[in-house]
Amino acid sequence: MNDTVASSAQRAERLQGMGCARKRVEDIRFVQGKGNYVDDLKLPGMLHGDFVRSPYGHARIKKIDASKAKELPGVIAVLTAADLKPLSLHYMPTLAGDVQAVLAEEKVLFQNQEVAFVLATDRYVAADGVELVEVEYEALPVVVDPFKAMAPDAPVLREDIKDKTDGAHGKRVHHNHIFNWQIGDREATDTAFQRAPVTIKELISYQRVHPAPLETCQCVASFDKIKGELTVWGTFQAPHVIRTVASLISKIPEHKIHVIAPDIGGGFGNKVGAYPGYICAVVASIVTGQPVKWVEDRIENLSATAFARDYHMTTEIAATADGRVTGLRVHVLADHGGFDACADPTQWPAGFFNIVTGSYDFPVAHVSVDGVYTNKAPGGVAYRCSFRVTEAAYCIERAMDILAQKLGMDPADLRMKNLIRREQFPYRSALGWEYDSGDYKMALQKALDAVDYHALRAEQKERQEAFRRGETRELMGIGVAFFTEIVGAGPSRNCDILGIAMFDSAEIRIHPTGAVIARLGTKSQGQGHETTYAQIIATELGLPADDIAVEEGNTDTAPYGLGTYGSRSTPVSGAATAVAARKIKAKAQMIAAHLLEVHDDDLEWDVDRFRVKGNPERFKTMKELAWAAYHQVPSGLEPGLEAVSYYDPPNMTYPFGAYACVVDVDVDTGVVKVRRFFALDDCGTRINPMIIEGQIHGGLTEAFGIAMGQEIRYDEIGNVTGPSFLDYFMPTAVETPKWETDWTTTPSPHHPIGAKGVGESPNVGGVPCFANAVNDAFKFLGSTHISMPHDNWRTWTAADKLGLHG
Amino acid sequence: MAKVQITMNVNGKAVEGSVEPRLLLIHFLREQLSLTGPHIGCDTSHCGACTVDLDGKSVKACTVFAVQAQGANILTVEGLAAPDGTLHALQEGFREMHGLQCGFCTPGMIIRAYRLLQENPRPSEAEIRLGISGNLCRCTGYQNIVKAIQFAAAKLSGAALQEAAE
Repeated sequence: MNDTVASSAQRAERLQGMGCARKRVEDIRFVQGKGNYVDDLKLPGMLHGDFVRSPYGHARIKKIDASKAKELPGVIAVLTAADLKPLSLHYMPTLAGDVQAVLAEEKVLFQNQEVAFVLATDRYVAADGVELVEVEYEALPVVVDPFKAMAPDAPVLREDIKDKTDGAHGKRVHHNHIFNWQIGDREATDTAFQRAPVTIKELISYQRVHPAPLETCQCVASFDKIKGELTVWGTFQAPHVIRTVASLISKIPEHKIHVIAPDIGGGFGNKVGAYPGYICAVVASIVTGQPVKWVEDRIENLSATAFARDYHMTTEIAATADGRVTGLRVHVLADHGGFDACADPTQWPAGFFNIVTGSYDFPVAHVSVDGVYTNKAPGGVAYRCSFRVTEAAYCIERAMDILAQKLGMDPADLRMKNLIRREQFPYRSALGWEYDSGDYKMALQKALDAVDYHALRAEQKERQEAFRRGETRELMGIGVAFFTEIVGAGPSRNCDILGIAMFDSAEIRIHPTGAVIARLGTKSQGQGHETTYAQIIATELGLPADDIAVEEGNTDTAPYGLGTYGSRSTPVSGAATAVAARKIKAKAQMIAAHLLEVHDDDLEWDVDRFRVKGNPERFKTMKELAWAAYHQVPSGLEPGLEAVSYYDPPNMTYPFGAYACVVDVDVDTGVVKVRRFFALDDCGTRINPMIIEGQIHGGLTEAFGIAMGQEIRYDEIGNVTGPSFLDYFMPTAVETPKWETDWTTTPSPHHPIGAKGVGESPNVGGVPCFANAVNDAFKFLGSTHISMPHDNWRTWTAADKLGLHG
Repeated sequence: MAKVQITMNVNGKAVEGSVEPRLLLIHFLREQLSLTGPHIGCDTSHCGACTVDLDGKSVKACTVFAVQAQGANILTVEGLAAPDGTLHALQEGFREMHGLQCGFCTPGMIIRAYRLLQENPRPSEAEIRLGISGNLCRCTGYQNIVKAIQFAAAKLSGAALQEAAE
C-alpha cells in the first residue's frame, strides 16, 4: 500500500507512535546476551580495585599496615586516607550538603565502611590483597537506634563537624543532629486538633531497605596522561551530574571528562549517587595511568551503598465524628546513617515528603522532620519512588485506615468521603503543592467494583465469625490504598541539584533520508527509553519509530540533563522530546509551504505530512521535507532539520491510583498468602501500554518485597545482619502474586503530551496496600498497627501478642 | 598460583584455557572466552544471573570452578540462536511477551527456561514458576516471563507436532 492510498489511520498505525504496544528495540541485544554492561568492559592493562572495609560499626582507626598486601605479587598499590588527603579527596561532597569519607581517616562510622583500596592486576589478587591489609581498631560506643541518637549522653559520631551548629539545612541542635525541616501551618493545625472530636496518633515506621538492582554499582576509570583526559564508564542514573561532580572534585576541566553510562542492570535509585568506589577508581587510574575497574559485590552493595527509607513517622489525624478529616500533623525522625548522603533536590532535605496529605482534602497540616546521624550506612535514596514519596504514601494510607478503625467506618468509605474532588483541580494542598489533574472518586470506585469489594467484606465477616467459633485458623485481610505521587522534578524555581536546575533535555536530528537520531539527558536502566522516546517522536513528526535511534548516557554526545530517577524521564525529557520535535515540525512546515507555494497557514498536519487545506492531494511528507531541508530550503532559512529543547517543567506531575489487595493469614504459622492484587493506575497519557503494564508488575513486586520481608537490620553493636540474598528478601516467581491491572487516563494539563510518569506508582501505592491488608486481617481483634515488614515471624508475633496461640 | 589446563565445549566449539584452580566458571566464560551474556548478580548462588547449561543441567556458573567443567558441554545464551541468526523460540517469546526490562537477568533466565522446557515441554504456570525460582528478576514481576516461557513452549511443541505429522 503506498502513501497516497493509505488512510490516515493506516499511516498512523505504521508509525508505531504513542499509544501502541511497540515491542522493545533494546530486547534484540538483551535476549542474545549482547547487552553492554559495565563489567563486560575489558581494557588493555586494566587493573582491579577492591575495598578493605570496617568490621566495626563505630571505631577509631589506630593503625593501617598494608605492607604484607603490597608484597603480594600482582598488588600494585594500596590507597588509604593518607594518600587521598594531600589531594583533598579523602572526603567527598554529598548531594545533601554534607561530606562523606571516601576512605576512613581517623574513625569508621558504619560497618563495611571503606578503609583502604587495594589495586591489583586481577580481581582475585585484589581480594587476596584485601585479606592481607592489617587494620588496628579501637571500638567505640555505637548508636543504631535513631531515637537514642539525640540523647544528651549519646556518643559524638561526627567528630569532623561536632562544633558546627549551622548545617546545610539550618541549625543543628545536637552533635548527632543533621537538620530540622518544617512545612505547613503549625498554629492552624494545632487549633484543628484542639477542636477535633476525633483524633488518632500512631508511630508509623518505614524500615530501612535497599533497592538491590540485580547489577551492583560498578565503574571503569581510565585516565589518559598524555591528553589529560578522564573517561569513566559506570552504572550512573545521572551521568551528566556525575561528570560535573567529578570535575569539581578532581579539578579536571569538564570537557576533558567523558562519562559513559552503558546498559544498566536496574537502578531503582541505587545508582543516583557518587560512591567512594568511583573516586578510588579514578584516583587509582590517575596515579597509575592504567584503567581501573571497581565492581561491588552484593554484600557491599546491600551494606554500603544507598539504603532507602528508615523513616519513623509519628502521625496524627484530626477528624469530625462523621469522618471528615480536619488536620494532619506528622513528626518524622529520619535516620540518615553516618553521613548525610541523601539524594534529594537541594532545597528539600526531606524530599517531597510534604505530599503526605495524600489524596485527601486536608484543610490544614504541619510536618516537621528531624534528620539524625547513626552508625549505619549513608544513603537515603528514593528506592523506586520520587523523593520520600513512598514514605509519605505509607504514612497517610496507614493513618487513614487507623482513623477508619477508630471511627468504626469502612476504610474505603472514609477515603471516598475525603478524596479531593474532580472539580477542585488544580488543587492546592495544605502543604504547598498544586496537584495537576485527577478524578480520584471514579478511580477508587472502579477499583472497588473490580474486586467486588462489598462481597469481599461480607466474606471477611463470615470468616471472622468462623474464626471466633474455632472453625478456622485463617484470617482474611482486605487492603485498600489510594495514592497520589509527585514526580517529574522539577521546576527550576524550587528544584536543583548542587545548584543545577532540574530541567532535562532532548536533541533531535533528522537526516536527509528521514532517519532520526535523538539524544537525551536521561538514562534508562530498563525502562525502555530507546523504544518509548522514539514513539513520542514518531507521533509528533510522522516518521516511523523504527527509523528513530535513541541514545543516552554519553556525556560527550547527549545534551546536558539531570538523569533518570523520581519518575522524571517522561515528565521532563519526554516533554523536551515533544517540544524539540515541534520546533522541527515548525521549520518543516515552512519548507513545505515553500515547496507547495502556499502560505504556512494554508497547510494542515495529517499524521506524517503537511497538506494544503481543502486540497489534500497536494502534500509533502515529513520524509520528503527531510530531504528538502538539506537542499531546497526557502531563502533566509538555514539548511538542516534539527532542534534541541531544555525543558524546565512548569509544575510536577501527579500520577495516582487505587489499589486493592486480599490476603489470607495463617495465625499459627504467620504465613501471609496474597490471594488477589488489583492495581488501577492513572499516569496521564499512555505512551506504550505494554511497557506501562510491565513497569507496574515490576513495581508491585518490589512493593511486595518491601512490605512482606525486606529490611536492612542492625544489631545493637552495629553489625548489619544479613546483607546478602540469603537473608534480604528477594521475591522469586513462586512467592510473587499474580497482578491484575487497569487504568484511567487523566492527562496532565501542563505537559506537552499530557504524560505523568508511571514507573514508581506501583511501589508507592503497593506498599501501603499490602500493609493495610495484613493489618486489616487483625483489626477486628483490636490490633491497631503492625509494623512492616510483614514476614512470617512478625505476623506470627502479632498473632501471639493478641493471644491467638492460647 | 599454579595453573591448570582445561578443555571444554562451549556453544558447540572446543575451547581451552589455562586457569587457576580457584577460578570460577563464570569468570572463565566472561573474562577468558568473552562470553559476557551470563552475569554476576550476587555472592551466594541466589540470583541465577550466571546460569548456564552444563551437560544437560542448569548450573549457576558462580558456584562451579572452571576446572570442574573440564570436558563438559556448556551452552550459554550466546549459543541459543540458530547459526543463521534466527532467534530461539524463548528469545522470541521474551521479546514478544515483554519478559525483560533491564536485561540483566535475561541470559540466565532464558538458559534456565531452555532446560526447563527440555525436561518438561508443556509446563503448567505453577511448574514454570517453580522451575525458574532459582533465578531472580527485579524488574518484571515474573508474570510476563511466565508468559514468555509459555509462548516458547507452545511454539516449540507446535513445531514438534508438525514435525511428527510430517
